[in-house]
Amino acid sequence: MITKENYKVNSKGYYGKFGGAYVPEMLLPNILELQENYLEITSRPSFKKEFDYLLKDYVGRPTPLYLAQRMSEKYQAQIFLKREDLCHTGAHKVNNTIGQILLAKALNKKKIIAETGAGQHGVATATVCALMGMECIIYMGAVDMVRQRPNVERMKILGAEIRAAESGSKTLKDATNEAMRHWINHPTDTHYIIGSVVGPHPYPDLVARFQSVISEEIKYQLNEQIGRDHPDMVIACVGGGSNAAGAFYHYLDRPEVQLIAAEAAGLGIDNKKSAATTFLGTEGVLHGSKTLLMQTADGQVTEPYSISAGLDYPGIGPIHAHLFDSGRAHFCAVTDEEAMHAGIDLSRLEGIIPAIETAHAISALDKIEVKDKVVVINVSGRGDKDLDTYITWGKY
Amino acid sequence: MNRIDEVFSKKKKGVLNIYFTAGYPKINDTLRIARTLEAAGVDIIEIGIPYSDPIADGPTIQDSSQKALDAGMSLKLLMRQLQDLRKHIKIPVILMGYINPVLQYGFTKFCQDCKEVGIDGVILPDLPMQEYAEMYQVTFEEYGIYNIFLMTPQTSEKRVLQINEASKGFIYMVSSASITGAKQEVSQAQIDYFERIQKMNLSVQRLIGFGISNKETFDNACQYASGAIIGSAFINQLNKDDSDEAITSFVGSIINP
Ligand SMILES: Cc1ncc(COP(=O)(O)O)c(C=O)c1O
Repeated sequence: MITKENYKVNSKGYYGKFGGAYVPEMLLPNILELQENYLEITSRPSFKKEFDYLLKDYVGRPTPLYLAQRMSEKYQAQIFLKREDLCHTGAHKVNNTIGQILLAKALNKKKIIAETGAGQHGVATATVCALMGMECIIYMGAVDMVRQRPNVERMKILGAEIRAAESGSKTLKDATNEAMRHWINHPTDTHYIIGSVVGPHPYPDLVARFQSVISEEIKYQLNEQIGRDHPDMVIACVGGGSNAAGAFYHYLDRPEVQLIAAEAAGLGIDNKKSAATTFLGTEGVLHGSKTLLMQTADGQVTEPYSISAGLDYPGIGPIHAHLFDSGRAHFCAVTDEEAMHAGIDLSRLEGIIPAIETAHAISALDKIEVKDKVVVINVSGRGDKDLDTYITWGKY
Repeated sequence: MNRIDEVFSKKKKGVLNIYFTAGYPKINDTLRIARTLEAAGVDIIEIGIPYSDPIADGPTIQDSSQKALDAGMSLKLLMRQLQDLRKHIKIPVILMGYINPVLQYGFTKFCQDCKEVGIDGVILPDLPMQEYAEMYQVTFEEYGIYNIFLMTPQTSEKRVLQINEASKGFIYMVSSASITGAKQEVSQAQIDYFERIQKMNLSVQRLIGFGISNKETFDNACQYASGAIIGSAFINQLNKDDSDEAITSFVGSIINP
């Protein structure tokens, strides 16, 4: 029997066998401070009030749930698009950064650090730091800084300091390492805003709760539109897994709702250049939690590859490792090429150019049976930041 | 008796523990460096298991780890290199590394092999006490491997007491809020912290590490603990000159009056 809390975090910070807080003693006081306070602070009426207010008047929530007519015709299904791309800054990431900066303030922190891969989370963090007048340092892999130049400049315009992660492979995982090292060196006045449902407990739960506004809205919006609060299927892309966690959240213990997670297969799961963690990963510990990650037999973390910088991460959040392991969610692997075509498809059918991360979720429509189903696809972000990638790809 | 306890039963002050990365500077250097350190008068040897993502380490140790990995170092190879460890080395040897490579190796097999080759203790910074107690303690104890815990200036008094309770061998007292790396001097805030912990009269010995780089910082640390650990400064020495003579004179520069 499926019990209510089965797929949410337990009191020890675990989802099934995944999760926990594998952090050095140097970080533990910070992590314990969060563990001991996050539920109390985020349930304060004053916190909720400010969070809801900012999501509404600053971010622009609720985001629409749009019945995509021409897509629906193509797939002979009822396909709804949850328009997170219409959030301020262009992606769902800001739901989390708004929540975390309010938490940081409640904990009396003065400075903010964050990691970023594509730059979306970095921009969302720099944005809320500007909003709150807080000092902001963003770590970004030196390689990603070149790949995602416009976002680097956006962050600078917003007043953030960008520090290049020059260690390891100089991408997202190394930016995360550098942010953690920075936090070790500045343990008292700094809050680390992690950008996805990854990291040591309570981060995966914290971020999932802030993102859960997505499925909270889907429920009542569907009710208004079709007279029931749930679809047959929710589809989302998974990098670390925050937009998926938010879109799945209120349906986790509703077995009648199928959860579909789209991972980035890069050049294909038979190829070494991939980021499809549930297909190619094994159990281990990455960035503070036990989860599935891509690694060598010797336990060295390997560098993933995807055309989409936001999915180019060697692990997934522990909640998703558990959803995979328990069979609650179905994972599919989408190649670069399939995603790019799906992105063009959505652009041509609905007039919405999606982020390439999101395009992976769109492509899942071709991989599963959706005929006659009510389907919600989480459109996690818009494609403006990806124009160069679309142009370089060129097949449109 | 565990060799670590033996050291502390004979020596209450000035215990010198030196860290170096396995397979660095050259892949087959592990045993040579360990032997040279013992002959030079080091009390405890700590060998780093290279890892791709060492979040508690500064640039010096990161760099040595990456180079060792690039040269083909692995935990499997390290265990092979250490096969005859106890034919050559009498002092305690500790492995320091991150939990993920150990999990891939197989945790039980790791403890088993540690015991077989004669490893006395293990430092896994990203295995904190709660996870240790729930899933790993039993196996460590079954094979008689000491798991060494860390404490930092931010560790609460309550937690220091818990760590003392759970510790065997010694407690690794991290000298400041920082990742590893050689620093020039010891600050007043650090001394306050050392004194605060000293006054707690813990039952387990303490070694101070992180930022200990020369005779001055070593002697200073030894006033507040049974001894100290030198890591990055020794790696820097290896970068300059890794000959047996240079290693011997580096150790001499710290322990000779
Ligand atoms: C638009 C968009 N979607 C999805 C992701 C992937 O992150 P997550 O899996 O945490 O939602 C990113 C990350 O940068 C993103 O920018």
